[in-house]
Amino acid sequence: MKELKLMKGNEALAEAAIRMGCDAYFGYPITPQSEVLEYLSREATKRTGMVVLQAESEVASINMVYGAAGTGKKVFTSSSSPGISLMQEGISYIACAELPCLLVNVNRGGPGLGTIQPGQGDYFQSVKGGGHGDYKLIVLAPSTVQEMSDFVQEGFDLAFKYRNPVLILADGALGQMMEKVELSPQKERTFEDLGWTTIGRRKGEDSKIVTSLNLKSEEMEKINIHLQKKYKEIEKNEVKYELIGCEDADYIFVAFGLVARLCTKAAELAREKGMKVGVIRPITLFPFPTDIIREYASKIKGFMDVEMNAGQMIEDVRLSVEGRAPVEFYGRMGGIVPTPEEILVALEEKLIGGAK
Amino acid sequence: MAKAKGDIIIDIEKCKGCELCVAACPQDSLAQAKKVNAKGYLYIVKVNDECTGCTNCALVCPEGAITVYRDTGKKEPVAKITNVKSDITVTVKE
Amino acid sequence: MSEKMIKDEGLCVKENIVYAPPQDAMYDVSTHYCPGCGHGVAHRILAEVIEEMGITNDIIGVAPVGCSVLAYNYLNIDMTEAAHGRATAVATGIKRVLPDKYVFTYQGDGDLAAIGTGETIHTVNRGENILIIFINNGIYGMTGGQMAPTTLPGMKSTTSPFGRDVAHVGNPLKMTDLVAQLPSAYYVTRQSVHKPANVRKTKKAIQKALEYQKEGKGTCFIEIVSNCPSNWKMTPIESNKFVEESMIPFYPLGDLKTPNGKEG
Repeated sequence: MKELKLMKGNEALAEAAIRMGCDAYFGYPITPQSEVLEYLSREATKRTGMVVLQAESEVASINMVYGAAGTGKKVFTSSSSPGISLMQEGISYIACAELPCLLVNVNRGGPGLGTIQPGQGDYFQSVKGGGHGDYKLIVLAPSTVQEMSDFVQEGFDLAFKYRNPVLILADGALGQMMEKVELSPQKERTFEDLGWTTIGRRKGEDSKIVTSLNLKSEEMEKINIHLQKKYKEIEKNEVKYELIGCEDADYIFVAFGLVARLCTKAAELAREKGMKVGVIRPITLFPFPTDIIREYASKIKGFMDVEMNAGQMIEDVRLSVEGRAPVEFYGRMGGIVPTPEEILVALEEKLIGGAK
Repeated sequence: MAKAKGDIIIDIEKCKGCELCVAACPQDSLAQAKKVNAKGYLYIVKVNDECTGCTNCALVCPEGAITVYRDTGKKEPVAKITNVKSDITVTVKE
Repeated sequence: MSEKMIKDEGLCVKENIVYAPPQDAMYDVSTHYCPGCGHGVAHRILAEVIEEMGITNDIIGVAPVGCSVLAYNYLNIDMTEAAHGRATAVATGIKRVLPDKYVFTYQGDGDLAAIGTGETIHTVNRGENILIIFINNGIYGMTGGQMAPTTLPGMKSTTSPFGRDVAHVGNPLKMTDLVAQLPSAYYVTRQSVHKPANVRKTKKAIQKALEYQKEGKGTCFIEIVSNCPSNWKMTPIESNKFVEESMIPFYPLGDLKTPNGKEG
């Protein structure tokens, strides 16, 4: 018997965290994701004893996550663009110390204080760094409220599998819109001694340290080499994407998150006009689906990258394509969500028109 | 009534010669040696036999380099070290 | 116990030991701290209390940026390093998910009273059931002697080379006094480790604070007015004299808040 509910994206995510047995959430209000903290404040503690704490800032939140994650408990935080900027130092520390945890960015328009409407301008911040140093987050980009819900368990699974922070990169529209969600059954909260965590010195063992500091360069390089090896493993094993109507396509949209749904509609409209158009939707932004894009690059006439930013993922698309086919861009900024119709016009004018 | 008899052992390789114990000792029993340890610090040595085992030196020592003994009447001393005029070099066995 | 500390002759036999340094909660290594630095004493008495209370396996420390960031190389307990200023937030995260463990922070004046002011005040205000140890030596040691929020008026540092000018940069911040006013602060005290009697008192304060933590009473906050011989450009003995004659008159020792509400 499926449990279905009409839910707002932010709340579906919060509900999923409760159901998968999450141990703690530390967060700070910011539009358009405050519902995560609010929902958890109402629901979580009384149902599973989950810790829910409103911190004094995003800086405090991420450091609370760092402390709690070092014990091996399942912890997460969420914020939106400017708040995620505040968290970058903490994220770098978490990545270096290899602590499993979940982060959620409900991307709004930027830069600066920006808008509260949706945006995808945090792709670079999420995928290329954001914080200092050579590290990577595993980045999952949901495009439906169902995925907002499903990616919580998936995110934690990846985080603990690789001892790496995982980021769900959603946007303001996904956070606010309501869709039907199938909810997973409630799991019991469990706790496992992972062996390396700071939970109090274990009998007969050395004390454990969670740190990202190493003043000896040779040691620090070893740590970095280890991290890079890990990221290569992740790139080998965890790439996820969706192909929509690509088998016979002449042109392919590349888009993530909500924009992929708009492109899917635009592709439908294109087919009605006789054009063969497909969509590649990266689900993991790191690791990026380089191979599948490269494969199609030799088969099709061109790619149209569509994003709600000035052109960020397009750089990774171009790197994957390696000049084998034209890659054009269409984007809206400032919180504006493009329509399928205007996306189709862009495809016709920039890509198909140009190719003729 | 005689003062309590005490003694201390200083881990001279840990000692950084900061002299806080020298200042803290009510019996003026401590001073910097004329020799350095492996790290180049002028370590601290006992210079008289007046130690009462009050633990002041150990309390202020930032290195935890001092162990303090006091005659608690539990055991007869088998030797008495007197007339300490020159530096005592303690060779530490691993 | 390292065998070199027992002569096993004369007075120096096991039965006569009245003080031995911590054996289990501290590693038998040399610290990187400067000769005469109060950090060494503070670490030692903290380790002594942990050992005497038998909680070596039930305590987690948070060591943020500062000279004592490497405290985890000296204290043989589970420890987490924290970003500058964030120790109390990190400690909050740990304590909230492991409420049955003892959790403490060990912070310097820059960490607690400059970059970490927000976290410090809010952690105490929430009444997080942790111990905050605040080493106040009125200067930034690790980074080479810059002015701290607690540097005394007129005191020289590399960023106040002509002496702290209150008209230009404000007065020293008395964090302990601020924190003592918060209702959820349970035990707030200011101590020092520059003389044997003070070392004893500070050790008692640490023990009291950890016992309160076991009883779930709220935040305990211990400021330890300390020295920095290197950056004050003094010998260790001179620096402790400065603590006695200049620091303590400005930061008076004693209990600012105790469970029965009176000055202790």
